[in-house]
Amino acid sequence: MTERQLANSQLGSLQYDPAPESAAIATLRASYGLFIDGEFTDPSSHQQFASINPANETTNATVAQASDADVERAVGAARRAYKKVWSKTTGAERAKYLYRIARIIQERSRELAVVETLDNGKPIRESRDVDVPLAAAHFFYYAGWADKLDHAGFGANPQPVGVAGQIIPWNFPLLMAAWKLAPALAAGNTCVLKPAETTPLSALLLAEILQQAELPAGVVNIVTGDGSTGSALVEHPDVDKIAFTGSTEVGRLIQRSVGVSGKRLTLELGGKGANIVFDDAPIDEMIEGIIDGIFFNQGHVCCAGSRLLVQETIADEVLRRLVRRVEQLRVGDPMDKNTDVGAINSAAQLARIEELSAFGESEGATRYSSSCELPATGYWFAPTVFANVAQSHRIARDEIFGPVLSVLTFRTPEEAVAKANNTNYGLACGVWSEKGSRTLWTAQRLRAGVIWANTYNRFDPTSPFGGMRESGFGREGGRHGLEAYLNV
Amino acid sequence: MLASLSGVDAVGAEARAAKLATRSIKKSTKLAALDLAISMVDLTTLEGADTPGRVASLCAKAMRPDPRDPSVPSAAAVCVYPDLVAHARSVLGRSSVAVAAVATAFPSGRASLNVKLLDVREAVAAGADEIDMVIDRGAFLSGRIGQVFDEVVAVKAACGDAHLKVILETGELVTYDNVRRASWIAMLGGADFIKTSTGKVSVSSTPPTALVMLEAVRDFAESFGRVVGVKVAGGIRTSKDAIRYLVLVNETVGSTWLSPTLFRFGASSLLNDLLMQRLKQQRGAYVRPDEFSGD
Repeated sequence: MTERQLANSQLGSLQYDPAPESAAIATLRASYGLFIDGEFTDPSSHQQFASINPANETTNATVAQASDADVERAVGAARRAYKKVWSKTTGAERAKYLYRIARIIQERSRELAVVETLDNGKPIRESRDVDVPLAAAHFFYYAGWADKLDHAGFGANPQPVGVAGQIIPWNFPLLMAAWKLAPALAAGNTCVLKPAETTPLSALLLAEILQQAELPAGVVNIVTGDGSTGSALVEHPDVDKIAFTGSTEVGRLIQRSVGVSGKRLTLELGGKGANIVFDDAPIDEMIEGIIDGIFFNQGHVCCAGSRLLVQETIADEVLRRLVRRVEQLRVGDPMDKNTDVGAINSAAQLARIEELSAFGESEGATRYSSSCELPATGYWFAPTVFANVAQSHRIARDEIFGPVLSVLTFRTPEEAVAKANNTNYGLACGVWSEKGSRTLWTAQRLRAGVIWANTYNRFDPTSPFGGMRESGFGREGGRHGLEAYLNV
Repeated sequence: MLASLSGVDAVGAEARAAKLATRSIKKSTKLAALDLAISMVDLTTLEGADTPGRVASLCAKAMRPDPRDPSVPSAAAVCVYPDLVAHARSVLGRSSVAVAAVATAFPSGRASLNVKLLDVREAVAAGADEIDMVIDRGAFLSGRIGQVFDEVVAVKAACGDAHLKVILETGELVTYDNVRRASWIAMLGGADFIKTSTGKVSVSSTPPTALVMLEAVRDFAESFGRVVGVKVAGGIRTSKDAIRYLVLVNETVGSTWLSPTLFRFGASSLLNDLLMQRLKQQRGAYVRPDEFSGD
């Protein structure tokens, strides 16, 4: 009897009725212009492209394709605003604007969360509980620094760099905009921000918020478009600093282009984060941490814990629990408040995830994919775990940027560290152990910008974030995040 | 055995419980959850001022929580002090509602083993179907784990056919590591249920504590093939709280435990809130709290 009871105990048998957030909360316009000099303006080419909801392939709105001439206008507006207004605005005054922006983000948080989910495909629970509150927190945090730059550790009276060109990715559209804009504005720079091609809407909503906060015209300009818009911004001679978050591939092109131009550059690129699990780890919380590390935001996280290095003694147990937990993830409508894993952001990204997963199987790894039902329209990929992965497999080396975990094993701490470091990337790692000395020993030897202990994917504006090696350079967040925007 | 138990990371356990608390339970799921919760209530009165009259009215409430609506399920049990067991038994008659008695020098457990066992035997003899015992927290905290285990074994033997619920009093054990260890001691000792609290100390059941105990019953069942229930008690007053516990059960141990035979709420005022929310779901509007009897 009990054997049967156990085998029959269905996790999640209490079926939750749909609890969808209302899409009507988002007041989107049919089409958006470019936000230049404090106004939404038509692009010179009059070209628009659609921003798609990846969960059902409908069009949310159309946005403008900025040409070289539009970028020229935006940079010009930023330069004028820098010279005439922002460089003459005191730190205390800049702080007031930043506080105001933070508060309006909080006031309009529900609307922002809905737009983010419609545009990106991430679950509303994540945009509501993570993206939007953290975006507000970044503005609050850097508002506090604006009048205290003398005490930030960069000497007396550090000066801003000038006009910053900022290019952000599609995985955390609003949050990345906040990570870029807040420290730049606090330090006294003006900005030209280029959102990702597939997720421009929350940045355009942020533009409305900047208007609402009465930020002086031209201090922040937002130009939407494809890669050509980004490269026009990178190559513009009057831009003093480029900050880029995105793929290592594009990061390389940008670094080559910036070359000896004298522009300042920070890059936050890809990663292949390792979660190292020792056999004394707190097992239930560790399983949750691994799940969160790879399936948070459908794995579209540069610091995702996409490699699991587990001590051989507990490997079978961990895998069994992981597979059970993956099966339990609720995949589906991102607007449903009970959804754990949403839609893949674009058809192109889905194709890449599918290609690499197919590689994993052909290379001999054992695949466990959730048997969840996937919606008929939109871009979807079932959460997947690969066991028996070898260090040489592509799925252990290439960044998949999707809900795919590769499980490898190790025998000794030395081997764990060697395997974790055997990658071209160096963004983030996690260490799971109840033994503090072992955690510290391991953390000291890992080559990664961020090391989490007994947790993963935890972000806070006070804590610097960034990578080493092919994961880029420069830090965002914390006091360190100011350095990129100050002439020090 | 106990030394090989994995530790609990407090931050992680609390984060997991908080995350599950954001589940949004609506419509027919909510109605089903409310009915399920009603059927899981151990309607409790544990006051020095308890009288046969009060116990009788509690029993009536447990059998027919809402006299106007026969579709409302009865509560799982009434929970009383041992001296009122016989009275409760006679009022409940042949109804499906069980009589649970708190025994073993409840709530402190500060008595000799003989006294505790006599307490249990008398309650069982008076007709108790379920015994809620307390562990010796003093012994647990001073490291006399064996003594705690032996007491559970002895009380289980004294229970005979009565079901044994072992109260860990998690508010006094303080750490989640202790909660996990105490859960295993109780289960190894023969507990049919492990229960969070007496309701007599300031910290009673919390969602992360319940999560740790649910993980323990799951792992124990996987190791030993014996299914143990969980009872959360103390401080659970609203339907929202109760539904959050059901979500924890649903996503930690699953359907087998979504039944009054394996999950219970020890509560008194919770029942009326469940009834009120049930009516709200049906009618679309709230009724006055006074629509429902006090006890």
